[in-house]
Amino acid sequence: MVQGSAMAPAGGAAEAVSPPHAAAVAYDDRIVKMFLGAVILWGVVGMLVGVLIALQIAWWPANLGLPWTTFGRLRPLHTNAVIFAFAGNVCFMGIYYSTQRLLKTRMWSDALSRVHFWGWQTIIVLAAITLPLGLTQSKEYAELIWPIDVLIAVVWVLFGINFFGTIAVRKVKHLYVALWFYMSFVITIAVLHIGNSLVVPATLFRSYPIYSGLTDALVQWWYGHNAVGFFLTTPFLGLMYYFLPRAAERPVYSYRLSIIHFWALVFLYIWAGPHHLLYSALPEWAQTLGMVFSIMLIAPSWGGMLNGLLTLRGAWHKLRTDPVLKFMVVAVSFYGMSTFEGPMMSIRAVNGLAHYTNWVIGHVHSGALGWVGMISFGTIYWLVPRLYNRPLAYPAWPTTHFWLATIGIVLYTVAMWAAGLMEGLQWRQISDTGQLANPIFVDIVHRLAPFYWLRLAGGTMFLAGMLMLAWNVLRTVRARTPASEPVLPLAA
Amino acid sequence: MAENRQGGGESEKGYGQFHRRVFEGKSGVFAVAMTVVILIGGMVEIIPMYSAKAGPERADWVAPWTPLEVAGRDIYIREGCYLCHSQMVRPMRAELLRYGEWTRAAEYQYDRPFLLGSRRLGPDLQRVGGKYPDAWHFEHMRDPRSTSPGSVMPRYPWLLERALDPEDLRASVKALQRVGTPYTDDEVAGVEASAGAQGAGIVASLATAGIETEPDREIVALIAFLQRLGQDGRRALARQAGRTPEAAPARPGGGGQ
Repeated sequence: MVQGSAMAPAGGAAEAVSPPHAAAVAYDDRIVKMFLGAVILWGVVGMLVGVLIALQIAWWPANLGLPWTTFGRLRPLHTNAVIFAFAGNVCFMGIYYSTQRLLKTRMWSDALSRVHFWGWQTIIVLAAITLPLGLTQSKEYAELIWPIDVLIAVVWVLFGINFFGTIAVRKVKHLYVALWFYMSFVITIAVLHIGNSLVVPATLFRSYPIYSGLTDALVQWWYGHNAVGFFLTTPFLGLMYYFLPRAAERPVYSYRLSIIHFWALVFLYIWAGPHHLLYSALPEWAQTLGMVFSIMLIAPSWGGMLNGLLTLRGAWHKLRTDPVLKFMVVAVSFYGMSTFEGPMMSIRAVNGLAHYTNWVIGHVHSGALGWVGMISFGTIYWLVPRLYNRPLAYPAWPTTHFWLATIGIVLYTVAMWAAGLMEGLQWRQISDTGQLANPIFVDIVHRLAPFYWLRLAGGTMFLAGMLMLAWNVLRTVRARTPASEPVLPLAA
Repeated sequence: MAENRQGGGESEKGYGQFHRRVFEGKSGVFAVAMTVVILIGGMVEIIPMYSAKAGPERADWVAPWTPLEVAGRDIYIREGCYLCHSQMVRPMRAELLRYGEWTRAAEYQYDRPFLLGSRRLGPDLQRVGGKYPDAWHFEHMRDPRSTSPGSVMPRYPWLLERALDPEDLRASVKALQRVGTPYTDDEVAGVEASAGAQGAGIVASLATAGIETEPDREIVALIAFLQRLGQDGRRALARQAGRTPEAAPARPGGGGQ
């Protein structure tokens, strides 16, 4: 972790002296495999719905004329499925695998691990039923109705008890940096979820928030932006800190950098929410705070990116042959790119152009597909041979998947940048006579059509890659002849 | 084996050693410190929203949604209209030309939940109230392309068929009252009559365009909601402008006070 001699195993690091029985710890890998299965299933479903709603934007008859298949009902299904079902299960998979190994102990309670797994999958199924039925609270990424919100809070607290219980019974004195990020995930998501879900129920299916108007909007974006920060960023940085050094077989570049960027990230992120409300009637001081803190966020975000990329120092040649590292390096690069783009879009003047346009959709997906998706794929391809003790059924496929996904993301984001800039500029264009140059809104919509088809192509490529991963993992898991000897060293 | 290790023990200097001793070795201290750190930003930004001076402006020229409009708003939420249509006119020249007056903070004061939106696949709706006749909205929901050629919006024919559930509506208005919307008990008791009367007005206006429907249809509630959007603000701003025609109408930059 630390540069120079301090990182050597024989240094003063307490972990270097493993307890003699460490090798005998029976880790619960069954729970990791269960979450892996959920990742595969929900990943395919969530991305498939994404492709469908992309088609609906390009070609409206794809709304299919049914209430439960219209864009307005499926869009929340897509976002919830990819964030909470796909990415969420990836986090849990990685956390259950790495936490046990970093603490050299089995999870504190196997029963709570099972309750967490089945509770979370129940929530997802309930979401998949209620959202198409139009049962929603309308707040983005917090659409689920109040009874499901209660269930989420309960399951989350049980997960937290199990996680901190495992930390309490650890066989290792000091907490590795990945665990700091996991802790911030567990604590902050609980705070955000409960804070944003305070409602008065009207019926079993409907409720009204205790906040109103712009206060409600501010609380929502305090939640919404930090769902990005603490659901799609910090746990995945934790995965990066565990799995990237393992895959690269190099220690993390800098221990001090990880301390600084961790604390700066968790402190600054929380303030950035109001950048979703620039040019609204929200009090100006709050808008300015949101903008300033968003810009400051570049520093800790890039600290994490640099710590990840520089971990590969001396190992860059491995990129040529190892698809796991390919995925991870591109993931960290997209993380750096979208955490530069985000602060730029938070500058009031830039936001005036970008807000409400496809640019925002492009930005979100460069983070979601590029960072979250790619680091998830890299982690899965690293994990599966070790979990199942046999090589991948199709060892060459991950490289194909990598290129499909990378080109898909580029097509997607470039299409959305172009579309976003175009519509943003045409909305505001004033003619020589001082009138709107494009007074008919739908005219601009039509000019975006080619970009929507391009985005659909990019998204379809990304989904195709996901299907390759699903089939590869399925065939690996189902292989009839388990290897008698470990094919790959199990990380101890 | 060694890749996930960190910290240098004796060789580590300064804050690294401090961090290692105080936080990494004591998970409870770490968790509490982190909780404090993540609470600060939210508290600094959200608590002042409840101060009359620092929070969003409130005004007495905005009235709560009527029961029928509440029903329409709930339908707007159910169908996810807010995912393609914003309700926020920004203080920018092009937006004032396209949509009308920029939105004041007080116009949202009874909005639970808020519906500012985050994407404009279609136009902003903050000032759509009164822009088109009721019959336009009816036809637009039945088939958007009949009123807006080339529109990419889905059809919503089921809104023309489905009827509102008065008990459901009463529960909504009651909950809104409980959460702080200033409905009187009489208004809560008279939800059905109020919705029926307002619905009958819309049915009558639709009849003049040759459209037959019932006051309890979902489409009627949705029209009631859409036609109210932005109206209180528009009237108040017109009154203000009438009294002080010289006063600058809009302070650009987003402040609501």
